[in-house]
Amino acid sequence: MATARRPAAQNRTATRRRAARATVLYARAPAPLALRDGAGTAVERLGVRKTYKLFIGGEFPRTESGRSYLVYGARGELLANACRGTRKDIRDAVRAARKAQPEWATKTAFNRGQVLYRIAELMEGRRDQFVADVMAAEGVGKQRARRLVDAAIDRWVWYAGWADKFPQILGNVNPVAGSYFNFSIPEPTGVVGIIAAQDSALLGLVSRLAPVIVSGNAAVVIASQTRPLPAITLSEVIATSDVPGGVVNVITGLRRELVGHLASHMDVNALDGFGLEAAAVTAVEEAATDNVKRFARPPSGGLDGYDWLAPAAQSPYLIGEFVEIKTVWHPIGV
Amino acid sequence: MAARGVPWEYAAAPESTDHIRIEREYGLFINNAFSPARPRATFDVINPATEEVLSKVARASKADVNRAVTAARQAHDTTWSRLPGRERAKYLYRIARIMQERSREFAVVETMNSGKPIKESRDVDVPLAAAHFFYYAGWADKLDYAFPNRRPTSLGVAAQIIPWNFPLLMLAWKIAPALACGNTVILKPASTTPLTAYLFADVVRQAELPPGVVNIITGPGEIGMELVRHPLVDKVAFTGSTAVGKLIGRAIAGTHKKATLELGGKAANIVFDDAPLDQAIEGIINGIYFNQGEVCCAGSRLFVQESVYEPLLDKLKDRLSTLRVGDPLDKNTDVGAINSAGQLAKIAELVESGIAEGAEIFQPDCVLPDKGFFFRPTLFTGVSQSHRIAQEEIFGPVLSVLTFRTPEEAVEKANNTPYGLSAGVWTEKGSRIFKMIGAMKAGVVWANTFNRFDPSSPFGGYKESGYGREGGRHGLAGYLRLDGAA
Repeated sequence: MATARRPAAQNRTATRRRAARATVLYARAPAPLALRDGAGTAVERLGVRKTYKLFIGGEFPRTESGRSYLVYGARGELLANACRGTRKDIRDAVRAARKAQPEWATKTAFNRGQVLYRIAELMEGRRDQFVADVMAAEGVGKQRARRLVDAAIDRWVWYAGWADKFPQILGNVNPVAGSYFNFSIPEPTGVVGIIAAQDSALLGLVSRLAPVIVSGNAAVVIASQTRPLPAITLSEVIATSDVPGGVVNVITGLRRELVGHLASHMDVNALDGFGLEAAAVTAVEEAATDNVKRFARPPSGGLDGYDWLAPAAQSPYLIGEFVEIKTVWHPIGV
Repeated sequence: MAARGVPWEYAAAPESTDHIRIEREYGLFINNAFSPARPRATFDVINPATEEVLSKVARASKADVNRAVTAARQAHDTTWSRLPGRERAKYLYRIARIMQERSREFAVVETMNSGKPIKESRDVDVPLAAAHFFYYAGWADKLDYAFPNRRPTSLGVAAQIIPWNFPLLMLAWKIAPALACGNTVILKPASTTPLTAYLFADVVRQAELPPGVVNIITGPGEIGMELVRHPLVDKVAFTGSTAVGKLIGRAIAGTHKKATLELGGKAANIVFDDAPLDQAIEGIINGIYFNQGEVCCAGSRLFVQESVYEPLLDKLKDRLSTLRVGDPLDKNTDVGAINSAGQLAKIAELVESGIAEGAEIFQPDCVLPDKGFFFRPTLFTGVSQSHRIAQEEIFGPVLSVLTFRTPEEAVEKANNTPYGLSAGVWTEKGSRIFKMIGAMKAGVVWANTFNRFDPSSPFGGYKESGYGREGGRHGLAGYLRLDGAA
């Protein structure tokens, strides 16, 4: 499949630059992913290549723009064409999320927990594919990729267990001075935009997505621009794992074309900017104030040193970032 | 009870002001001392019920902001954040006690400065403000229990900007949790209502708080923005309009500053046909005419189920006609003065728009004082969703009445606003209450009551009504750094 290689010298320079950015030294250009099987071993048949698409409303449309962009592996090999999503795709995704959210929120906590656990089950079944995806995207060895994938799967399991517990941690009964029954309950914020981490294409995404949806929010994700493929594979899992269509939507494309539209969309209630590049934070946070979005900032030291495998990368307080606390009063009498 | 139309005279019952001492001029309160603004500038503070000048207060400059922030920073780093929680607690208990001891002084000054009826400042604002200090005093040495598995630490310097509708209560909402968590504060009261804040400064000195822990500066909105932008400020707490909230959000974008915003509201008060009507009437009245309707969570949109529309409206108009509007210092007054000429003009303008857009106005036939900023309690019928009076926050004693047939319609209409601060539901059916509570996009839902507040009870909005919560355990979160997992 010579066409998949990048022959021109200038391209090779670009490849090297990209590879350097990913901190993986350019060593060899392995055969494109499309020629490998799920486990990554070469086989004697022409591979069936995959067309990577967006994930909106439980379906896999191509971008309305018809455009795509080239996705390279961390070692510089061409992996696939990915959809170069547009503002219209973002809007479609927000609409799908808005439509799906109320029903998702009214499912019982027990049920949402089951659904999250189901995601873990299906990921486990496609573990090898995720490992291959992560290896190609992040340029890590098999062992490291396995750790990352296992952590991503376990993270779903962990948050699945929180579904019917976080309201007990984040909620309250309040002893007001007077004869009222008064309690505070967490409720989903609504539609949450997630700007996924660039480098940690799978674990980084799962770590931010799971706490958002476990409480009944719907999410519109802008996947890693440089490493979008694990996110799309994840969306295929989500599509078949009892998550109602529209609860999770994944848009791929160029961040500079997408992030601003999501940040300023008036029907998005909150924005997770944890995966934002430092240079973009101010502008995105400003855009998010248009409708007083809840905004999660990236860590002050940037994401470079962030350890997605660390225990601190998962927390019930991350669920708390995207819930509203509703306080209810009722008189006590006879 | 006299029949309608028959004058029923109350004897005047004014609260005395002879024990009140308002200084002719107040400086900025920085490092436990009052000092004039640099360069020296002042502005007048008036009594909105009489339009008389009560005092002159310092108009802070950018340099003064810097002075106050530096003082707060110093106090945070050297004393306050280092005190054991139990000691901070005792300071807060002291403040609470002194406020109780001086409660009448606070109530009278609050009423003179804000225009709110003395019975409200005496029975609501001042006791609740003291209660907030009591509540958060108890948290100061128990922070480790508030957020399991996290090690909380103070944020640093908090810039706190509060509105004119509840000058003392908002001060307490802001200062009490901030101090309990080990932060130091610079409070900027609204330009029209700084006097109880300066009275509070005296309490701070009586309680012998270390210098710089509480600083109070006065000035216009630009000074508030200077405060927000100051690089040594770590936390911004703002209560006020959504428009200003958005400006603040922009100003702190990309910084490390944490923010809590309590912004506008356009609350729905929903009355079902099985509601206890007489109680509902009291709730509606309390919901919109309490504090002249100058309440962000006021029940300004009344949704009545069609089958009880007429009896309810008759009762409502009757009840409205019994409200006593006038001298805020009179203990019989129900509706006092609007806080400022500007606010009065804004209310009048929105009421005009209601008439122009075809809604039907009802106002009781009461006599308003010659001087001061007063507005008749007003209700509109025939209001539709698109009317400005059904969409915009009026912040005055103006109620818009709308109708609905089914619970679904009520939910749809009630949630049809960018705001989401509060809501009310009136019905005797418990299962319906819980259904409605779940459906309301609002941070506080009052069922069969309205406008209740308590320090232990979180308060704050959904959507464009702001983010973060004040009060209760949740109110601590905005004042703590929680990233150290234990």
